[in-house]
Amino acid sequence: MNFAVLQFPASNCDQDAIHAIRLLGHSARYVWHKENSLGAADAVVVPGGFSYGDYLRCGAIARFSPVMQAVQQFAANGGWVIGICNGFQVLTEAGMLPGALVRNRDLQFHCEHIHLKTLAADTPFTNQIPAGKPLRIPIAHGEGCYFADDETLALLKSDNRILWQYCDANGEPTDVANPNGSLLNIAGICNERRNVAGLMPHPERACEPLLGSADGRWIFESMIAALQDKLAKAA
Amino acid sequence: MKAKIIVMPKKAVLDPQGKTVQSALEHMGYSGITAVHVGKYLEIELDGADKETARRQLNEAAHKFLSNPVIEDYKLEIE
Repeated sequence: MNFAVLQFPASNCDQDAIHAIRLLGHSARYVWHKENSLGAADAVVVPGGFSYGDYLRCGAIARFSPVMQAVQQFAANGGWVIGICNGFQVLTEAGMLPGALVRNRDLQFHCEHIHLKTLAADTPFTNQIPAGKPLRIPIAHGEGCYFADDETLALLKSDNRILWQYCDANGEPTDVANPNGSLLNIAGICNERRNVAGLMPHPERACEPLLGSADGRWIFESMIAALQDKLAKAA
Repeated sequence: MKAKIIVMPKKAVLDPQGKTVQSALEHMGYSGITAVHVGKYLEIELDGADKETARRQLNEAAHKFLSNPVIEDYKLEIE
């Protein structure tokens, strides 16, 4: 599987994403923000970091970069796009995912392991995640509090588009387990077509036991399995 | 010509920064403060004299880029 990992000025999780994907035996390459094309890619990773210094608002400037126009087109054609942390912020700013990420409710930058409850298995990003297993994955953000109006939240719920919620070690989405004040404990969502997803936690930083957890693998494994499934159906 | 744009968080959005500033003010002994909201102020300098054209352009830019309508409201003034 070929992953395109975007690189903006001040992206800093691009290398982690490349490392994680190669560790899983697949190919990944960088695509610079000034590029107009993604080349031959099966999926796009919009990585974490502080694109364009987070100036104005997180992700606000990155969304207008040339490469994001190519990503919009890629997604419009059904291509899979996953935005991680700053990548999630970029996708909401671009209008590819609803809502916005605002300052954490306690104003602190949170850098810690949290647990994630997976709510929907029928997406290219979640299909391999064992049912009922809380994923232990790190977060590292100051602006990860998910906000959307009531109408949008109701739609996300009814369409089963909330992919991940912050939860405790037993899988309960409690307020104590919510690190940033996200509405409905939302850690990640997908679009209506279910081919674009974003999440604040960093699965690419949790792909080998040496790093404290390998639970992040399930998300990349899901994308790989979804592609294999697609290729098998096309054959 | 100069444009001034004030961007403020929408009322429905949690504003922990405003709350923290409010409690700091109370802590310092300033009484009677019922709410604090923290936003952004942008000053934009422009060529040209046609205020209406500038207003149209900046409204578009404010809606598309300078503010995020999901979480913020803005006010534009041109002088």
